[in-house]
Amino acid sequence: MSWAGKILRVNLTAGTVKSEPLNMEWARAYIGSRGLGSKYLISEIDPKVDPLSPDNKIIWATGPLTGTMASTGGRYTVITKGPLTGAIACSNSGGYWGAELKMAGWDMVIFEGKSAKPVYLYICDDVAELRDADHLWGKSVWQTEDMLKKSHQDPLLRISSIGKSGENGVLYAAVVNDLHRAAGRSGVGTVMGSKNLKAIAVRGTKGVGNIRDPKAFMAAAKTAKKVLADNAVTGQGLPTYGTQVLMNVINEVGALPTRNHRDVQFEGAKDISAEAMATPRKTDGKKHLVTNQACFGCTIACGRISKMDESHFSVQNKPEYWGASGGLEYEAAWALGAANGVNDLEALQYANLICNEEGMDPISFGATVGAVMELYEMGVLTAEQIGTQAPFGSAKALCELADMTAKGIGFGKEIGMGSKRLTAKYGHPDLSMSVKGQEFPAYDGRVIQGIGLAYATSNRGACHLRGYTIASEVLGIPVKTEPVESEGKPELVKAFQDATAAFDSAGICIFTSFAWTLADVAPQLQAACGDEYTMEHLAHIGERIWNMEREFNNAAGFTKADDTLPKRLLTEAAKTGPGKGVVSKLPEMLPKYYDVRGWDSEGRPTAQTKQRLGL
Amino acid sequence: MQKVLHINPDKCTGCQQCEMACSYENYGTFATAKSRIKVFDFHHTGKKVPYTCTQCDEAWCLHACPVEAITVDKVTGAKVVNEATCVGCKVCTISCPFGTINYVQETGKVQKCDLCGGDPACADACPTGAITFIDANWTGLDKMKQWADKLGNQPSAA
Repeated sequence: MSWAGKILRVNLTAGTVKSEPLNMEWARAYIGSRGLGSKYLISEIDPKVDPLSPDNKIIWATGPLTGTMASTGGRYTVITKGPLTGAIACSNSGGYWGAELKMAGWDMVIFEGKSAKPVYLYICDDVAELRDADHLWGKSVWQTEDMLKKSHQDPLLRISSIGKSGENGVLYAAVVNDLHRAAGRSGVGTVMGSKNLKAIAVRGTKGVGNIRDPKAFMAAAKTAKKVLADNAVTGQGLPTYGTQVLMNVINEVGALPTRNHRDVQFEGAKDISAEAMATPRKTDGKKHLVTNQACFGCTIACGRISKMDESHFSVQNKPEYWGASGGLEYEAAWALGAANGVNDLEALQYANLICNEEGMDPISFGATVGAVMELYEMGVLTAEQIGTQAPFGSAKALCELADMTAKGIGFGKEIGMGSKRLTAKYGHPDLSMSVKGQEFPAYDGRVIQGIGLAYATSNRGACHLRGYTIASEVLGIPVKTEPVESEGKPELVKAFQDATAAFDSAGICIFTSFAWTLADVAPQLQAACGDEYTMEHLAHIGERIWNMEREFNNAAGFTKADDTLPKRLLTEAAKTGPGKGVVSKLPEMLPKYYDVRGWDSEGRPTAQTKQRLGL
Repeated sequence: MQKVLHINPDKCTGCQQCEMACSYENYGTFATAKSRIKVFDFHHTGKKVPYTCTQCDEAWCLHACPVEAITVDKVTGAKVVNEATCVGCKVCTISCPFGTINYVQETGKVQKCDLCGGDPACADACPTGAITFIDANWTGLDKMKQWADKLGNQPSAA
């Protein structure tokens, strides 16, 4: 059946840890990870709960394929009500931690309440106990991982934890595992910190051994791996260049948001691209990129391992940053770079390392810095207020603000609120490039119409990972659609959103979907779980999950008015590139999208839709 | 022809498919904790290195075993633990200079790589060719070929 069949319920207020059986009816209806964890959360919390109060809950969830030989089968999702948005927060991560939890015999861990003092959860197979974390509080993610492995005398321990950002209430703090893999967005790490929960340390020796039809599973997994290996994106592009392969591509399309979305092309894109990472530096003759790296079970291996220039101003006399470590992915390189007009690759990597070390979402951080730089150039914010001169393009400001934000120093505390609150505070709410309070990722929602609609309707606020229509609109997967064209995009967005929800719930990585459709996932799930899964059935489950999340957000107080984009994208046309003169046609697309979804004109799923989806 | 596992760390991405394949082959479960091959991730250099038994001709483990539980598979050359004979004394784990034979609490026996009877699951599962199963006499063939290429195919200075 491939689910472990057991979940851990931890009450941090009472200090209790209990095992309970997995609700198998829900498992079949919502698969696992994102879908199943969300079902639990939504069934157990008041949608209007204050995200940072003890009444909010936070869940770490694996899927049925997590910890198996299915390619990329190492993922877990952290689900809670998010403090950045007030919507459902649902961030997944790779690395090795998710598989370790599953191999310890647990599908998920639910945390309730709030601990009176810092604690961490230690899990070794059936043993699970809360332990004192006073000595870990105030430590970085990297120090926490090191200290726990040493104190347990177990180098094979896997850690999922928060750094100073999560402790300090940065509203987009991340949960980080295996040093540089993160459940990055929407402030799931902030909720963890609010509960005085520092880390979950796991060692699993039991393994995942309840595959329903092992022979069929091994055959299906092998066939699917070949599909990944034979595909140009997953077999060559991603392992060689990582997601950074997109930097120059998206710039050429004219959809690389630059300087807080003032521009759509960045003159410095080539300096911060995958190609730049693989070119020897002028300073020391070494390449920035050391190697690629896979997460657990992944046969794509898109991860970047980089090494900084030791003479760069940001790391002079800081040897702790000289070793190889997690490198820039496209989203981080964009948010820290183009969004602020910074073309210094080493500075970007320094800020990226700080985000990993202290557990902070580089997208929301970088994009908020972009807003700060615009306010600085407008004269709304001064160097005295910020603590440094912060014009667009300042690598120095980027590095200083990363330190200040992660550690809660000075103006960094304000950047830690995110761009929505910050720009509102200083009287320019229109300059927050966000939806539902969460900052945009690295694709311009004007020039690429579908992604704009996907941002506006994403259940966790602006996000590319809830419906990556870039695959179709730029890369031509599965079919090429015209980026600036809005016709047909509501249908496209819905299809991507529903399929993604199913991928995310299986315990695998969404990057497989560059090569796989749900038809490649279905036989693996079917052999693993024993239930009958078809492509159509999985898409149906994905749609169910999407509507469930939407209902939660509606109950939390979100309305149609929140399904929108910043004024800049709706009224200020793209200045250059193939999409020159274009604004988002969201007002045309949104009603059509509601219609395609089976929602009423206010964006609420109709009774008929809910019945059709079994909600 | 005898074959050996050949490891090229430069090709390893750290995905652990080999560890899962090993545990699945031997225990019917995906459990990296039970794998006989381990991938080591040297974080500060970015190197990932799979490591397992190299099947020594004069195997320390085999000579140290007081009950002769470790024998040679004549076909594959693997040094194989006979679980029915093994008493779990762990002397072999001390004698092995490489650490590649280890005790298993759950069975009370030791385990080591036995080349899966001549068709190693780890090599089959490796997606990048970092682990291959090749002619024992020609593990240097690829490197020789690279140097031969330099010598013969590239314009010489003279």
